[in-house]
Amino acid sequence: MGVSEIAIEARNAVKAFGQGAAAVRALDDVSVQIRKGEFFTLLGPSGCGKTTLLRLIAGFESPTSGQILLDGQDITNLPPNRRPVNTVFQSYALFPHLTVAQNVGFGLQMQGKPKAEVEETARRMLALVRLEAMADRKTSQLSGGQQQRVALARALAPKPKVLLLDEPLSALDLKLRKEMQVELKRLQTETGITFVFVTHDQEEALTMSDRIGVMSAGKIQQIGAPRDIYTRPVNRFVASFIGETNFLPATLQGAAARLGTGDLVELTDPPTRSGTVTLTVRPEQVRLAESGIAATIASWVYFGTDTHVHLALRDGTEVVARLQSNPSGETGLTQGAEVHLRFAPGAVQVLGD
Amino acid sequence: MADASFQPSRIPGFATVAVLAFVCLYLPIFTLVAYAFNAGTSIAVWEGVSLHWFARAWENEAVKSATLRSLLIATTASAVSTAVATLAALGTTRRAAYHGQTFIYVLINQPLMVPEIVTAVALMIFFGVIKQWTGYQGLGYLILAHTAFCIPFAYLPIRARLEGMDLSLETAASDLYASNWQTFRHVTLPLLAPGILAGAMLAFVISLDDVVITEFVKSGGQDTLPTYMLGQMRRAITPEVNAISTGLLGLTVILLTAFFLLTRKKG
Repeated sequence: MGVSEIAIEARNAVKAFGQGAAAVRALDDVSVQIRKGEFFTLLGPSGCGKTTLLRLIAGFESPTSGQILLDGQDITNLPPNRRPVNTVFQSYALFPHLTVAQNVGFGLQMQGKPKAEVEETARRMLALVRLEAMADRKTSQLSGGQQQRVALARALAPKPKVLLLDEPLSALDLKLRKEMQVELKRLQTETGITFVFVTHDQEEALTMSDRIGVMSAGKIQQIGAPRDIYTRPVNRFVASFIGETNFLPATLQGAAARLGTGDLVELTDPPTRSGTVTLTVRPEQVRLAESGIAATIASWVYFGTDTHVHLALRDGTEVVARLQSNPSGETGLTQGAEVHLRFAPGAVQVLGD
Repeated sequence: MADASFQPSRIPGFATVAVLAFVCLYLPIFTLVAYAFNAGTSIAVWEGVSLHWFARAWENEAVKSATLRSLLIATTASAVSTAVATLAALGTTRRAAYHGQTFIYVLINQPLMVPEIVTAVALMIFFGVIKQWTGYQGLGYLILAHTAFCIPFAYLPIRARLEGMDLSLETAASDLYASNWQTFRHVTLPLLAPGILAGAMLAFVISLDDVVITEFVKSGGQDTLPTYMLGQMRRAITPEVNAISTGLLGLTVILLTAFFLLTRKKG
């Protein structure tokens, strides 16, 4: 990957809050490269440092150590108003004393652009988010979803090199959130601007992103395409934070792993190390079969499209299988029945910790 | 009543005390205003309706010059103190809490806590020394004194407004290429305007009303309206004083109503 393809980069970024022994590292040596034109999502639970990283990129905070680079230029010490980077705030932060159009034109006005250009761009941006009719309203007269669009238009109007979005959809109800997800993706494709999106919602991350950086405890745990993150989680945190999964203790034996029950599980991508490890396999990759690993049916929950079957292996390990429902919805399962299960080929992953 | 919560209005005698309190507060003012329209020369014996005393006050050169002096001092002092108070409010709210913040808060609000008579005597002595040194006897001393004690009154509403203001608006402005000055000019100041106006009006009324400090600080021939009226008390009192008071009351009511409307409008 050439340097010219990188829009924004954090290099060994550390952000500590507080002094001395009481200091908390909100960001602990984070390095990440975000490509031009990419929809990149920082995903993690609250307090994982994702918003702090966003604020370092925007310039609202300066790193304790490390660098922020934009197009290969060190911008670590530039104030926010001198960075060609705009933010969509979680609270929207629309100016209540200005009209919708004035809000959208604010950035260009501050840059000293001619009045005609400011107004023309504001109109174009409002058309882009389908709010032309609201141009002369006060922002307090808009609904939450409309305010969200104004915030987007305002941040896009100055044509930033990178658009930062800090959990912008969290205040919207479910239906509106789904609509805005589609809308955001459309805007990103149409404008070609690099989006850095912060969320704690794994579904949002999976459906919208080109790549995801999963964060926990101030560190980036894994970076990859949604499919990589879901199917090949590198550690227990990533595996459990994104989707549901099963954890199985095992011992490595060459290209296979021996479960606590004594059964051998084939590995498609065996690690070079040996010893005890944790395997992970998604519930939808667990199948009931004629032969395989012996298990007892503990219980099941019917979800409509599928049924979650809770199984107990001989060594007591609990495994959840997600079975597609048949047309009648009948499971044909009996509690306490002895069954066998198999894992779909290539579905078993060895975790790094 | 099923509701067991404490209701002060149900204490025996509550209504009586409440009515008495209102009578004590408002009856004297009503009387004062009423006797301003008295045709006779007494402030206690009613002799019919007349605007005579308003006319007398209007034609009285001493009243006129005292009024103008009062307005000049109040305008200057409220303008300067509001500017200072705005800076003080910005300095004490627009940043993370720092060591000594409470101390600074107390310092700014000192005039609210120290007895006014103490400040008055202190100023008289202090300015007395300066008057001897410089020979300057002008209105500057009064304006300076009024500015000083008006600061906390201007400061409080501005600070209250600032504390209710979302800091992320200023962050958003800086994100949208506004320099510090532009952020202040285009975001902070317009949003703060109602607070600043409210502070200025409160300061204006406080200055207009002041007797104690003015009485001690003023030089000869520098009567303000309140000190002029105090001087009149030493002679035979006529309803002229009532008329002046009524005018002052009217002005104050207008300003305080405006203050109330401005602070309430902020939703």
